[in-house]
Amino acid sequence: MAKVTIDGHTIEVPDGTTILNAARSIGGKIVPPAMCYYSKLKTSGGYCRTCLVKVSKGSEKDPRPMPKPVASCRTNVMDGMVVENITSPEILEARAGVVEFLLINHPLDCPICDQAGECHLQDLGYEHGKAKTRYEFARRTFVKIDIGEYIKLHMTRCILCYRCVKVAEQLCPGRVHGVINRGDVAEISTYIQQAVDNEMSGNMIDVCPVGALTDKTFRFKSRVWFTKPVDAHRKCDKCCGKVRLWFKGSEVLRVTARKDEWGEVEDVAEGKAGWICNDCRFHKKEVNDWVIEGPSHINRHSVISANHYELSKLKLDTEQHLKQLEGKKVDLGEGALNPNNQ
Amino acid sequence: MQALTKRSKVVSNKRMSFMEKIYLPAIIKGMMITLSHFFKKKVTVNYPEVKRPIAPVYRGQHVLKRDENGAERCTACGLCAVACPAEAITMVAEERKAGEEGLYREEKYASTYEINMLRCIFCGLCEEACPKEAIFLTDRIVPSTFERHEFVYGKDKLVEPTAKDERVDITERQNVDTVEFKKHKEYAHNILYTKNTLK
Repeated sequence: MAKVTIDGHTIEVPDGTTILNAARSIGGKIVPPAMCYYSKLKTSGGYCRTCLVKVSKGSEKDPRPMPKPVASCRTNVMDGMVVENITSPEILEARAGVVEFLLINHPLDCPICDQAGECHLQDLGYEHGKAKTRYEFARRTFVKIDIGEYIKLHMTRCILCYRCVKVAEQLCPGRVHGVINRGDVAEISTYIQQAVDNEMSGNMIDVCPVGALTDKTFRFKSRVWFTKPVDAHRKCDKCCGKVRLWFKGSEVLRVTARKDEWGEVEDVAEGKAGWICNDCRFHKKEVNDWVIEGPSHINRHSVISANHYELSKLKLDTEQHLKQLEGKKVDLGEGALNPNNQ
Repeated sequence: MQALTKRSKVVSNKRMSFMEKIYLPAIIKGMMITLSHFFKKKVTVNYPEVKRPIAPVYRGQHVLKRDENGAERCTACGLCAVACPAEAITMVAEERKAGEEGLYREEKYASTYEINMLRCIFCGLCEEACPKEAIFLTDRIVPSTFERHEFVYGKDKLVEPTAKDERVDITERQNVDTVEFKKHKEYAHNILYTKNTLK
């Protein structure tokens, strides 16, 4: 076990845990954002540099600080390590710089992008005051390629986080796409015109932090904030069958996996991520196909909650409490319900 | 009962005097008031021949602008609809097909765009929210009609005509801040960066 202090919060985590995961086990605002790291995908992380943190004390044995900001998703904790994230102004500045670098080639076509409203790069840009770009030159462009009937690729929006490649590697046997070329011309491609049609390939859409990979069956159907998310499940022999339906009126416009507070696919069982198959995602768009559990919880700071109504926690608690009281004969005493009798 | 206001008068059955009985002085008094209005300045104008001066920032009927090439600026991003406090705006988006580049500026466009003028409170938040400078409120007044459904304005009434001389001029309505905003190239997120814009 290693004792690590992140922004003044001390926690003990097993050896070999990364700083990012240690911060996530504390939770709250001190968790560094991550654009490429995905805890459900092995070997992900280390590309985007948005999770930079400052290590002001290396460990108990060697208390020297680390000379440069480190990527918290790829750096393991040491016993006695002291980490600064939001308490360090230089880290916030460095991260704002990283955001600007990510936005250099990003087209900022949010008004036409289907990811807008649930885009991690959009959130990151707004959180660091980089909603506008200073870049005045021509952005990189690509020849548009068709990667199949379900997934739409917008290469100009891609930040090359490699998450979709890891999905293809770890979920879809015999992957057909990857990153070809290098540097400025690196792009996601199928190499020889081939369709991405593995039955789990739709999960690329969920892991994509930007709007580079989007659902073709949902393309331009509605903005995300006009749809209402509802948790539902069905019996599926290919996947867990636990999904989130996005309703507009009584129509299911889109089916996605359930996301947790880090924007990652939720676990359905201990250590088993709730990936869903293409059949559930693209073909089951009737309400009759699903057993509806109830409205999904949406962070109230999200634009999606603008048209979203769910029971408040207080009301839920009261209802649960009343249910517990039901059946039991509760003796409140004479006159307990009389408002004048306090 | 207690009086609600102090202006109420107690009515009595008192007998009228002779002067009151002949009514003539009261009639003449009333006629004098009427007559005096002939020589006063008129408070009305002969609308629609004469129109009252209107504030330059008056918020009336909306217009969906076209760009300088005549293509619709609106991309159906939904920001006006989410900003609208009266929920008066609805839209349906569609993908631009090959050959329609002259009609719509970007790859997505609004196939229907409706504003319910009965719901609209003319607050101008849609104008403020628009990232594409597509929707503006103008100094035109929404005309009255007899049917409710006629107040739901579709694209036929909202989009300005293509002809250059029939365009709705909104330049005078843009305040100092808007003009200043447009000077900064780095904020001009609605310019499509092509080789021509760089020269």
